[in-house]
Amino acid sequence: MADTLVHSQAADSEKLWEGGKSPFKTSYGKIMMWYFLLSDAFTFAGFLIAYGTLRMSMPSWPVPDFVFSTFPGGFHHKPLFFVTLMTFVLLFSSYTMVRAVQEGQRENKNGVVIWMILTILGGIGFLSCQAWEWSTLIGKEHMTVTTNPFGTHTEHGEYLEGDGHDIKAGDIFAPGESYLIHKHDGEWHNLKYKVLEGPDAGAVKELSFGPRAFGALFFFITGFHGFHVFSGVIFLIIIAVNVATGLYVKRRNGYEMVEKIGLYWHFVDLVWVFVFLVFYLI
Amino acid sequence: MGHHSYEKSKSIVLRVIIILGLITIIEVLIALLGKGHLIEGFYLPVALTGIVMIALSLTKAYYIVDEFMHMRYEVPAFVKTVLLPTLLLVWAVIAFFYEGNDWQKRRDLIKDKDREKVEKRAKADTSDQIGLLEYNWPDAVNRKN
Repeated sequence: MADTLVHSQAADSEKLWEGGKSPFKTSYGKIMMWYFLLSDAFTFAGFLIAYGTLRMSMPSWPVPDFVFSTFPGGFHHKPLFFVTLMTFVLLFSSYTMVRAVQEGQRENKNGVVIWMILTILGGIGFLSCQAWEWSTLIGKEHMTVTTNPFGTHTEHGEYLEGDGHDIKAGDIFAPGESYLIHKHDGEWHNLKYKVLEGPDAGAVKELSFGPRAFGALFFFITGFHGFHVFSGVIFLIIIAVNVATGLYVKRRNGYEMVEKIGLYWHFVDLVWVFVFLVFYLI
Repeated sequence: MGHHSYEKSKSIVLRVIIILGLITIIEVLIALLGKGHLIEGFYLPVALTGIVMIALSLTKAYYIVDEFMHMRYEVPAFVKTVLLPTLLLVWAVIAFFYEGNDWQKRRDLIKDKDREKVEKRAKADTSDQIGLLEYNWPDAVNRKN
C-alpha cells in the first residue's frame, strides 16, 4: 500500500520539499513502532548492563546450570532443560506470528486468526513456564529480591555437617562449586565447613549467602520481560478479535495492525535471546 | 515483504526458524559442555564459551531483526535511523564493564588489607599526624564521652 504513495524519483525531483511522500516507504504506524522498540531496547540494555556490571564486580556469581536445574514433575539436576523448553516455546510463537503476518498480506482472514491463536497460546505457554520457574525459586528455594541462597565456593573446604539433601558431612568441595542454602521451618541452615587451603586454612566458617543483587536483578529483568510478553498477549488477543470480526478487511491495508503487533512480538523474542544469554547460558 | 512470492517467503521463514532453533540447541550444548555436564571432567574456560555464545546470540538477533522483523526489506535510510543509535550501547557496555571490573579489584584489595596484621605505632609517631587527637573538642563533645 505504502508503495502507491511513493512516486518515481525522476518525476518528483523538483517537488522534493513539498511533502506528501513517504521517504522511508513504509507507514507511519510501523515507523513509530520501530522507534518505540528502539527506546525499549535501550531500557532493556540499561537493565542488562547494570546486571553485567554488578556481576563483574563480584568475586563469584551463582552458576546458572546449578540454579536453573529443576524440571516440572520433581526432577532435579537437569541443568537448563526447562529454560531451553521455554525458549523454544517463545521461538515457535515468533514463527507462528510471521505466518499470521504473511497470511494477512494475502488477505486470508481465517489464516491470520488461526496463526494468531497459536501465537497467543505460545505466549501463554511461555508465561506459564515462567510462573512455574518463579514459584519454584520463591516457594521451594526461598530466593527473594533481597536474599540469594545460591552461592559459589571461593575456597577449598570440607563440610562439617550435612543438609539432608545432597551434602553429607565430610564432603570435600573446591572453588567454583555451587551450593544452595536450605531453609527449614523458617530458619536458614548455613552449614559449617572447615577451610582446607589458602590464607584461612584450618578456620571453621559458615556458608554465606550468594551475591545479594542476584535475586533483585533476576526477578526484575525476567519480570520486566515477562510483563512485555503479558501485554503482548493482551494486544494479540485484541487484534485477533478485530481480525475475526472483519475490521481489517474493511481497511484493506494488508492487515497492517497484525504487522505492527508482529514487530512487537519479535522484539520480545529478541530481548529473550539476550536475557537467555546472560542469565542462563553464561 | 512483498518482494517475494507467498510460497518463497513461507520457505524463507521456515528456514530461519530452523536455523534459530539449531543455534539455540548449540548454545545450550556449549554452555553444558563448558561446565563439565556433557563429558566427565572436561571443562572449557568461560572466556572462550562466553565469546562463542555471545557471537551465536548476536547471529540469532540478526536473523530475527532481518527476516522476522523485515528489516532486510526496508529502505536503507530507515534501517540506519533504527540501527545506528544502538551503537551507543557499545560504549555503554565497555564503560560499565570496565567500571564493574574495577569494583571487583577494589573488593579484593579491601579483603587483602583486612587480613594484614597492623602493628601499633609508637606514641611519638602520632605527632606528625594532623592533630585530631589533640584537638580541643568543645565541652559538649567531651561531656558525652
